[in-house]
Amino acid sequence: MKNKLFNISPDRSKYPTIGKDGKPEIDLSSGKFVKIWQGPNHPGVTGNMSLELTVSGDEVVDAKTHVGYLHRGFEKLFERRKYIQCFPTSIRMCVPEADSNEYCLAVGTEKLAGIDVPDRAKWLRMLTLEMSRLQMLLRIVPGQGGTMGLGIGVQWGMYLRDLILDRFEELTGGRIYHMYILPGGVRGGLPEGFETRLEENLKDIEKFVHRIDNVLYQNAVFRKRAMGVGYLDPSWVDEYGVVGSNARAAGFKRDVRKDNPYLFYEQLDWEVPIKTESDIYTRARIRWYDLQVTIDLIRQILAKIPKTGDVRAKTPNVMHWKIPAGQTYVKSESSRGEFGFFMVSDGTDKPRRINLRGPSYTHAVPLLERMLINTNIADVGALMVSLQTCPPEIER
Amino acid sequence: MKEILERINQQFNCSAHEHQPENLSWVQLDKKQLVPLLSYLKHTENFSHFVLLTAVDWIENNEFQLNYLLTNHELHQDIAIRVMIPRDEPEMITAHHLWQQIATYQREINEMYGINFPNSPRVNESFLLEGWEGIPPMRREFDTKKYSEETFFPRPRQEGKDPQTHMKQKLYPDEE
Amino acid sequence: MSEETKHNNQPENTEESNKFPKEHLQKRTVYSPDGEKIEIDPLQDYYLQDRPERRDPRYRVVEKFLNWARSESLWILGFGTGCGSIELPPLTTPRFDAFRFGIAMRPTPRQSNVFIISGYMSIKTLKRAIRSYEQMPDPKYVVALGSCTINGGMYFDSYNTINRLDKYMPVDVYIAGCMPRPEALIAGFNKLKQRIKEGRAEGANEYVQRFDEYKANQKQIIKDWNMPDYNW
Repeated sequence: MKNKLFNISPDRSKYPTIGKDGKPEIDLSSGKFVKIWQGPNHPGVTGNMSLELTVSGDEVVDAKTHVGYLHRGFEKLFERRKYIQCFPTSIRMCVPEADSNEYCLAVGTEKLAGIDVPDRAKWLRMLTLEMSRLQMLLRIVPGQGGTMGLGIGVQWGMYLRDLILDRFEELTGGRIYHMYILPGGVRGGLPEGFETRLEENLKDIEKFVHRIDNVLYQNAVFRKRAMGVGYLDPSWVDEYGVVGSNARAAGFKRDVRKDNPYLFYEQLDWEVPIKTESDIYTRARIRWYDLQVTIDLIRQILAKIPKTGDVRAKTPNVMHWKIPAGQTYVKSESSRGEFGFFMVSDGTDKPRRINLRGPSYTHAVPLLERMLINTNIADVGALMVSLQTCPPEIER
Repeated sequence: MKEILERINQQFNCSAHEHQPENLSWVQLDKKQLVPLLSYLKHTENFSHFVLLTAVDWIENNEFQLNYLLTNHELHQDIAIRVMIPRDEPEMITAHHLWQQIATYQREINEMYGINFPNSPRVNESFLLEGWEGIPPMRREFDTKKYSEETFFPRPRQEGKDPQTHMKQKLYPDEE
Repeated sequence: MSEETKHNNQPENTEESNKFPKEHLQKRTVYSPDGEKIEIDPLQDYYLQDRPERRDPRYRVVEKFLNWARSESLWILGFGTGCGSIELPPLTTPRFDAFRFGIAMRPTPRQSNVFIISGYMSIKTLKRAIRSYEQMPDPKYVVALGSCTINGGMYFDSYNTINRLDKYMPVDVYIAGCMPRPEALIAGFNKLKQRIKEGRAEGANEYVQRFDEYKANQKQIIKDWNMPDYNW
């Protein structure tokens, strides 16, 4: 006879039973399942979103993502704003990496209006895009350790990110939101001595790159918890539209900078890092390689940037600028993957429709719902950070 | 890419054309031909990556425009499929069986534009809004400023110059 | 609002409890895997049914000392409601070092006494923010970050974000800017400390006094109000 006192863990081999449609049958009234809301007020959730988890023991059997907590109706607001007024609004669509928004909107406007951008402005755009990617990676690389209780890397990363934000402040005047890239070019050239100061910061960051390798990637606890957990099946990559570092960790060489080169990325010498294990550890590792590639790219850009020349092409008076009718799709590579703007103009001074397709849209909603099943509840936060879900670009 | 477009034109009797500098092609199609074309592009022409589904409201033509964007990762080419549906009966055939992720897009469009996708999973669940009543917000006739002024409490404007006329007088005094 | 109307507007508990059609708020019986029978009445188990009460200074002599102590331990609720929350992590790093002001991040409302509304509030977040705010123990303070909490800022014409935060919950300190820099945040916290020391940070008491007014405003925009009025 079973001793009821010591029978702490019930026999879970029989449930959840698989129903006729191949999905587990979940009957909440049976008492075998518990529904847990993770978020929006939860430290383990990336940003302001929430997960509705049905758990059996500590294993997730069903998951739903709830978004919309940051919905501001940007795409409606654009209909009321002139093209130049869209810029300060658009950069708030993805908060941690705001320059991709500006870049895509500026290039889309230029394509519709048929404006050529001076070479120096293109180089400066590349510099800001790479710096923006660098500060995002400095947030996310140690952040992966932060989800597993390793806070030291987060402190280092935040400190170094602040140094890059200082350079941004010098260049553009703003820490997070820059409004530096405008249709026709950029707002200004590099300040005096900017290159040397940025180079000093890059040296600091390089030291950090080697330290974080020892502290995070060689850490026994991190390896044990991250290796083999959160497996992204390569067959899901096309099914769910996975892009960026998540696809690169699954063995797909996907980088818009290489595939459809924009600006002057063809003139730079670099390789796309690829791995095939496709678990949390590999995705974190890919970002570590990305960090090194980004530092290398910034150095190459700084060496090649022209010292003189125009930074902005002449545009008509922006308050009365009527963009010819047309439709276009612009994409760029953000730190999370392909970042695209679908723009429709109807020939007036206000855009008809601007639609943002952020990589998190599929990563955080259909893919995450699929991947959470059979995950231990303690790994949910780590899984979300490893997919780099960013709520503001899902709900806009 | 040209051969692919010619094959599409022959098979589906439409006018696909290239938009060269952006590696982007456009196809305009009838509503019923959409799912066969998507299936053809996915399985035969290797457009395996579904990028986005979005809607545009053309209220003056009484039409909704639906855009399906696909990418071929071997040729690095994009193809955008444009489908016009009448505004009076906003209903579209679902395509979620080809790519799982389309169900999410359809859920958003159903909420934002009121376009129905029968048989799409969870399509009637709210996605971004909660407890929304009235016309879907992304439709052209919905006035967001009026709604905001009626619903929320706008802080009264400070006494002083009107920024729009003041800037105009200061920056562009000659223009109308 | 006069005393009489206030009394009339006061909702009755019996009516309130019948108003929730939501399944998870109904009474039910569940069985544990071991066969144990558990009866659940969510509204009785999870929520208190009393109206909030005003917190008056009890120890008048030592109240100054208590206020000083309160001002030196500001524990922030780590709920990033908007984009301003991206400037909160740098505050905890050695560069800005908010710990020297006694500021620390806490994961749950039950342990914190400062609620930072970091930017715009969509209606869906406002609902959660109100619940989090009400669950915080007294004395509690609200710091509103950014222009969007003052007058709507960038999103003044948006259909899903509120324009003025002070219509829905009492605000002690506003920090203007879009977004405010970490230095501005520290200056704002110092201002809040000063107010607490002077005994002027009475947001929680104001919420109790004008409770019906706040609830009416909240219910006006939160269309699917499926939670109890009092959930502390």
